[in-house]
Amino acid sequence: MEFLEVIRVSRSFGPVNALKEVSFSVNRGELFGLIGPDGAGKTTLFRIIASLFLPDEGKILVKGYNVVKDYKQVRRITGYMPGRFSLYHDLTVEENLSFYATVFGTTLKDSAAYIHRVYSPLKPFRKRLAGKLSGGMKQKLALSCALIHRPEFLLLDEPTTGVDAVSRKEFWEMLEELRNMGVTILVSTPYMDEAGQCDRVALIDHGKLLQTGSPAEIVHNFSAKLYAIRGRNLYALLGRLRMSPEVKYAFMFGREIHLVFYRVPGRPARWLENLSGSPQGTFSIEPLDPGMEDCFVELMGENHPVDGKENI
Amino acid sequence: MAAHTPPVINVKEMTKSFGSFVAVDRLTFQVEKGEIFGFLGANGAGKTTAVRVLCGLSSPTSGQITVAGYDVWTQTEQVKRSIGYMSQRFSLYEDITVYENIRLFGGIYGLSRRQIRERAGELLSRLGLEHQRDALIASLPLGWRQKLAFSIAIIHRPGIVFLDEPTGGVDPITRRQFWDLIYETAQTGITVFVTTHYMDEAEYCDRLCVMDEGRIVAMDTPYRLKQLYGAQDMNEVFIKIARKEI
Repeated sequence: MEFLEVIRVSRSFGPVNALKEVSFSVNRGELFGLIGPDGAGKTTLFRIIASLFLPDEGKILVKGYNVVKDYKQVRRITGYMPGRFSLYHDLTVEENLSFYATVFGTTLKDSAAYIHRVYSPLKPFRKRLAGKLSGGMKQKLALSCALIHRPEFLLLDEPTTGVDAVSRKEFWEMLEELRNMGVTILVSTPYMDEAGQCDRVALIDHGKLLQTGSPAEIVHNFSAKLYAIRGRNLYALLGRLRMSPEVKYAFMFGREIHLVFYRVPGRPARWLENLSGSPQGTFSIEPLDPGMEDCFVELMGENHPVDGKENI
Repeated sequence: MAAHTPPVINVKEMTKSFGSFVAVDRLTFQVEKGEIFGFLGANGAGKTTAVRVLCGLSSPTSGQITVAGYDVWTQTEQVKRSIGYMSQRFSLYEDITVYENIRLFGGIYGLSRRQIRERAGELLSRLGLEHQRDALIASLPLGWRQKLAFSIAIIHRPGIVFLDEPTGGVDPITRRQFWDLIYETAQTGITVFVTTHYMDEAEYCDRLCVMDEGRIVAMDTPYRLKQLYGAQDMNEVFIKIARKEI
């Protein structure tokens, strides 16, 4: 069942088209990720869903409620965690929670069971000022506040930005548990490597959705074949690869070159020997499973006039 | 990466304590000329403290440390002159022009007016930004800004450039273009020292050093670390290290 429906939503700021006919839906009880770089339009979309901005065109329904007309109902069932830490630095952990509880007409006690999993690691620090918390703890406090009115729907705008890898991992585990409790979650992130934590994702860039699906589907849909070349002096080889008519794009990736062909040669190893003029065994070439970032690059390329030979 | 040249960074038993707290505990590592070296760790692992020592901004408690051939104990000023620095969060002044930024940073790095003029010309033509010479930084797309910031960070031709989370959050095409420039720079012999806690950025480094609780807990190429930990990506490696699942 569709819990969130985003239907052809557009929004401009002066000459900038922040969102261009964005459509997707999130099922009830799903952990859904909106993945895209800085400036893709993620925050604008979240603010519209949270009923804080109006769309220029299109319609959004949360559990059947229209975010423009029925914004009161939408706000009652939605917990929104904005991208910037927006709690009160000069209030303690507990004071922040009580404040949000009061705003939503509930109490910390009534919601204790609901926020327990997220709040319990913070409990020893409940008398500490929010401004004095570490990044990971701030993030947990912000999530606790977003959960204080026991929402059915969570809207988390880049909750893991600026947080270290271990805290990020813990945070994703909490989201999974909330999802298992039945909460529907829409979360955004600029980190491609976090896509794998979601049930389904939508990739967004320059205000347009590139693709929607499960992480496995997106990787599966990667139309090209990716290869890794290893060996010494790869940088010198890179120029030759980029000049070759068979090569769609090639780029350095640490001590490897990642390469996509227009058409895969019959025997890639032999092809590489000829191209490099180096004896057998100088370089190795092997197929490589694409990651989310590779898919994103491929999809961006379809949407932009990017010169994949010289610039990528 | 010729084996004969001495390491650009040579750290033996570096320790830095604040009172009874040991932030960096007997670090030993070398970084070679032209290498792209990634320095990773969670918040509080001791990364920043170690980097501040390497940049000559803070004295170690003990250890033998040379950067670009200079001793961080006795030749702090020479160390500072031999390095460049760029961070994604702050790089260029947005409300002045491209050329004004070059002139400002060139002056800070101690270049003469003539050197600034010459190198500004080379830099702009190499980046294809000649026509944007008098444009405000604020008017440039993010990708161009980053490339410019990086080029300015090496305008005094340092032996080593420190990059602090250079591409966290940017789109992957811009990131790859930016890293093209980094690889090109490393080819000219400038060592690139990247600190980050974003594992997707770490994948681009030649070699990685992972810190935890003030110590080095792993150091190798991304490829070998993934093999060693039986992991799909660096994120998984990092989590396994942090949870001590070795």
